[in-house]
Amino acid sequence: MSTVEVHGLVKDYGDHRAVDSVSFTIAAGEVYGLLGHNGAGKSTTVEILEGHRHRTAGDVQVLGMDPANAGREFRDRIGIVLQSSAVERELTVSESLDVYGSCYSAPRPVAEVIEMVGLTEKADARIGSLSGGQRRRLDLALGIIGDPEVLFLDEPTTGFDPVARRQSWELVERLCADGMTVLLTTHYLDEAEHLADRVGVLVGGRLVTEGTPAELMAMSPLTTISFTLPTAINAATLHLPSNAVVDGASVQIETERPTQVLADVTGAAAALGLELDSLTVRRPSLEDVFLALGGEATP
Amino acid sequence: MTQFPSSARLWLIQTRYQFFTFTRSKVGMFFTLGLPTVMLLLFNALFGGGTVDTPGGSWSVQQFYTGGLAAFTAVSATYTNLVNVVPIRRDEGILKRWRSTPVPLGVYLGGWITSALLVAVCGVLLQLTIGLVFYDLTIDLAKVPAMIVTFAVGVTAFAMLGLAFAGVVPDADSAPAAANATILPLAFVSDVFIPLDNPPRWLEVIGDVFPLKPFVNAFQDTLNPTVTGSGFNATALIYVALWGVFGVIVARRTFTWEPSTGGRSRSRRRRRSR
Repeated sequence: MSTVEVHGLVKDYGDHRAVDSVSFTIAAGEVYGLLGHNGAGKSTTVEILEGHRHRTAGDVQVLGMDPANAGREFRDRIGIVLQSSAVERELTVSESLDVYGSCYSAPRPVAEVIEMVGLTEKADARIGSLSGGQRRRLDLALGIIGDPEVLFLDEPTTGFDPVARRQSWELVERLCADGMTVLLTTHYLDEAEHLADRVGVLVGGRLVTEGTPAELMAMSPLTTISFTLPTAINAATLHLPSNAVVDGASVQIETERPTQVLADVTGAAAALGLELDSLTVRRPSLEDVFLALGGEATP
Repeated sequence: MTQFPSSARLWLIQTRYQFFTFTRSKVGMFFTLGLPTVMLLLFNALFGGGTVDTPGGSWSVQQFYTGGLAAFTAVSATYTNLVNVVPIRRDEGILKRWRSTPVPLGVYLGGWITSALLVAVCGVLLQLTIGLVFYDLTIDLAKVPAMIVTFAVGVTAFAMLGLAFAGVVPDADSAPAAANATILPLAFVSDVFIPLDNPPRWLEVIGDVFPLKPFVNAFQDTLNPTVTGSGFNATALIYVALWGVFGVIVARRTFTWEPSTGGRSRSRRRRRSR
């Protein structure tokens, strides 16, 4: 039996169906990414799994328990990194971990958790004095203080700058390394690609596709080759395939056979002693898959 | 079966940290302990040496104000404090965060209320000490048990009423106004700031209906030399206790852990309180 099992999950808010017949499972130790835009139903799904919200229909099991009527035992075995919840700002970092950790049956040592999230220097600082990034680290620390078997990570890097995101990913990767089952929601494709073993794509409350990041990318098999056309060279000279898009000097070719096309084009150029500037071969990204599935481009 | 720490232990831990949280909040400390102290000093400077006339007879202003403001401090530490802070913690998601942990919710709230009661004890002791040191306050030892029981009944009832009313405060932004708009006008007709001498009938009725005046009067009785005997005002105590029971019933219906409004008031509040 999987750690998380969701079958035919439905959640209605009045006339609006926020989650529509969603099914997926997460194996023990797996990192599963729920990918979608705001309003796609990610947070609603996660809150139902956390036991914070009731479902309209469907079956949900987390650690063999139904979150809708699970109690203390359930909350002892899960960890939640909430999207926008404050912590008592008058307490220090170590005090907050001490008091939140005190209610679990077997919490991790406070100092160890502070070290893991890199807040050792801030251990005795009041939470009110922490920066936004440091508070997010504290959120993570509070999520794992109870040594959970399942961790819910709701948009862990929303609003981060690129450097802070990288740091946060490394942190999440380290946490995942010790076998925790993780359900991650994000609207960043690269985040899902980077962290998740498997990804489910939610569009308008429906799970439109699911697979490993590699499998999803294989669903959009086109590789893009692009380069800048050398001056005074006609596109025809290079024997470009018929679907090549020539926009001024820039050329873009989408192909299922990148090796062959690349050999043809570079062969022709080399024969003429020409250098193709900005020559790039780009794999399909999750973004391309997402667009192909009816999602809208990420901001 | 998972072995959790005992509820008694968790309750102690909660009480300790809730007490830290309160005492480190400058705003909370000022309004709960500072303001009644300023009032005690002011009223004694303005009216000190005089007497007040109550149905039992004439007694000194110092005894009247120390009793009234000590009782008011106890109400500030419980009712006003909870009406202020519960909606803020609710909107900021702190209550939701606690609800995500295995702590029994009664233990969490119990620790919070116990810490409010501790603050009330500190406040009342502060007022009585100022009275003893500066204003020749006399405490009749025979009435101390009545003082303690009156205090205990009052703070418990006002804590429950605070929880109940916090549940109907729509969001964090309106919490301070809601707390003060209910308790301050009432204090004027409840013998806290001024002894009511032949007030208009309707003001007297308002004072008698709500539990502040019965509590304040019962507490003042324990410092009033014209009140003889043990100082217990059983009628007032039962009346205040009934209000407390009403508070519990309402709180059970109105209390929520989830933020009532979206992220808007949450972020506004956070900016402002920085």
